[in-house]
Amino acid sequence: MTREELVSDLKERFKSDIIDFYDRSPTRIYIEIKPESLVKVASYIFKDLKARFNIASALDAKTHIEILYHFTLEYLRVLVSLRVKLNRDRPKIDSLAPVFKGANWIEREMNELLGIDFTGHPNLKRLLLPESWPEGVYPLRADYKEWDKNAVRDRGV
Amino acid sequence: MARSVIPIGPYHPLQEEPEYFKLTVDGEKVVDIEVNIGYNHRGIEKISELKSFDQVTFVIERICGICSTSHPYAYTRAVEDIAQVEVPERAKYIRTIIAEGERIHSHLLWLGLAGHFLGYNTIYMWVWKLREEILDVMEILSGNRNHYAMFKPGGVRRDLNPDDFPLVLKKIDSIVPTLDRLKKAILDDPVLHARLKGIGILTKEDALDYSALGPTARASGVAKDVRKDVSYGAYDQIDWDMIVTENGDVFDKVVVRVLETYESIKIVKECLKNLPPGEIDCRIKDIPPGEGIGTHEAPRGETFHYVRSDGTNRPVRHKVRAPTFMNLPTCHSTVIGCDIADATIILASIDPCYCCTERMTVVTPDGKQLYTGKDLVRLSQEKTKKLKRML
Repeated sequence: MTREELVSDLKERFKSDIIDFYDRSPTRIYIEIKPESLVKVASYIFKDLKARFNIASALDAKTHIEILYHFTLEYLRVLVSLRVKLNRDRPKIDSLAPVFKGANWIEREMNELLGIDFTGHPNLKRLLLPESWPEGVYPLRADYKEWDKNAVRDRGV
Repeated sequence: MARSVIPIGPYHPLQEEPEYFKLTVDGEKVVDIEVNIGYNHRGIEKISELKSFDQVTFVIERICGICSTSHPYAYTRAVEDIAQVEVPERAKYIRTIIAEGERIHSHLLWLGLAGHFLGYNTIYMWVWKLREEILDVMEILSGNRNHYAMFKPGGVRRDLNPDDFPLVLKKIDSIVPTLDRLKKAILDDPVLHARLKGIGILTKEDALDYSALGPTARASGVAKDVRKDVSYGAYDQIDWDMIVTENGDVFDKVVVRVLETYESIKIVKECLKNLPPGEIDCRIKDIPPGEGIGTHEAPRGETFHYVRSDGTNRPVRHKVRAPTFMNLPTCHSTVIGCDIADATIILASIDPCYCCTERMTVVTPDGKQLYTGKDLVRLSQEKTKKLKRML
């Protein structure tokens, strides 16, 4: 398979799932898909195209929550990132952890840091935050406010 | 027989990072494992959003004290991906030299500690003495034993001085004969064969399913190395081999790391000899809005950085993924079913951190202590002695 074949294959196969296809550079492809199609598209890329799951990165874009799932196809030297945009009030998406084990920890991390609910995750509990951290406070949300007045934090700049 | 729970860890930030392993054992066999991390969660991703693109390199260098160049390498590549700039050739070579020097000392550090856990304290002392030579080399080249602060988006901060190269090459060459003896001592030792072969096997299927990285995956026959798979640095201009073995046990992970050390020595020497002249920085002015991804093969596997910019001088999101994040969960398939005496070396075989291992205690569910951390290292060392007697 060549890079052109990959692009046309993905475009054709997931015609109804793709919202935006951005062929950014020879080594980077960004595909925005519908959130409900995630498991279908990600399983195809991971299992059929034999990609390696790099990681997922989520961020609060103020109007919505965005998750990018990054996959590397070494044999084509290309990194495919699947982008999904979720409702900010109640972000919810199907879990990829039942499809491949590599997604287990990062979904736990996104759950506690950004408050995204992963449906079907086998063990959705905290990974990094301590037990004393209050429920419903998500440190990577844009509107995060310091809740612990005694905490010593880097106030930066 | 009643099951007991063994908590390993959690807190001892002497080395890299504290983790907490909860092993459930039935007699001598491990039947379940649970991993807790986050004891040293410093919120660096959030801090990074408060720093300018140039300052971030210094912050993320402090993520890890051992692979302190891998994070800046991946981060600068992510920023260069946003700005779509090409780094000057000389800077690429300097980056490669620093990154490979770091790999040599990181692999040697691991090898020494692995020797200690198995009761081979000679290896431990010997290897760490070799590592000291490499740290000297890094100090000559960059000015620091660690935290080299050589990287910046667009190039490197300081140039190398060619007057130093004869001394550097001499020092690097001086470790090779000792490393040869060591390689022979390790790879031909019947006790180490008996002790490490066939334990803690990570199958190729599991390595792919967990998306394991670096030497952990390459020991299981997964031929993936960012240095070969992505064209960056000076790696595609130098002749070197990717080390891949098939068995996936602890012994193969040792083999991969020992042989990779030789490859890194080769790369550093080639780069020093062929260092091209020219600029060391392409001077990026502004970072445009957009997003970028940077990867680098750290000593433990691929480091992955995702950076998003909105056109200001700070990133709006900076996601950092260290290789151990993907490698650590593989302990579910490697540790379950093994003996407690083997658990120390299997957990250490992915090269996570040793701080926890020396804090192992075995307690029964009602809180009574059975073994302390010292006892577990002793258990591991005694098993080696027993094998020695049998041979």
